[in-house]
Amino acid sequence: MNGRLKLVFFARVREDLGTNAEEIALPTGVGTVAALRAHLAARGGAWGATLAQGKAIRVAVNQEMAQPTTPVKPGDEVAFFPPVTGG
Amino acid sequence: MPVRAQTEDFDVGAEIARLRRGNPKVGAVASFVGVVRDLNDGDSVGRMTLEHYPGMTEKAIEAIVTEARSRWDIIDVTVVHRVGELKPTDQIVLVVVASGHRGAAFAACEFIMDYLKTRAPFWKKEETPQGGRWVEARASDDDAAERWTPGKQDVA
Repeated sequence: MNGRLKLVFFARVREDLGTNAEEIALPTGVGTVAALRAHLAARGGAWGATLAQGKAIRVAVNQEMAQPTTPVKPGDEVAFFPPVTGG
Repeated sequence: MPVRAQTEDFDVGAEIARLRRGNPKVGAVASFVGVVRDLNDGDSVGRMTLEHYPGMTEKAIEAIVTEARSRWDIIDVTVVHRVGELKPTDQIVLVVVASGHRGAAFAACEFIMDYLKTRAPFWKKEETPQGGRWVEARASDDDAAERWTPGKQDVA
């Protein structure tokens, strides 16, 4: 089993973070979308400014829209992006 | 249920013809074409770039079409959404719904567009004289999608 977590970023989030993808080991104690987001925001700098609580960010886990309580586990693909503006 | 995200333009007539070809049960076809405007939030827009999430975008649209099928008697649906660089007057999105009667075709077409605007992962970045800017999500789009929620059809 792939013990890593794949993070992908889109649109303004991708630009503000300066990266479109990253693989990380699932941090100890991180089991939900909310915990993962807080873990990444704690990196500070652009990460804090972009992912801090209260910022309008949407999260998808394995390409399905997720909630703060949605579980994350090794092998998952977790996407962070702004509210959508297509159509 | 053809759902496509593509850089190429689309031919509305060809898409409609393909959707209903040879099917005598089709009594109505409703279509919607979204077009790039030259003005947004008071600024002129020279061109825009459409970003999407390959894989999730198609799945999200397919889920919306599945939801539409559960609500109306639909024979078939085509959704084409362009990505990449676009300019004013370009076609950006197409929804075509074929059904037995016009009521289902009209309603499902509008429903699919309303949900696509709020649930399908696409993001627009506009080039204006002041530089590039990401388009902000609109509360009016949330309202348009919300009216299809059971108990709120009265405002539809």
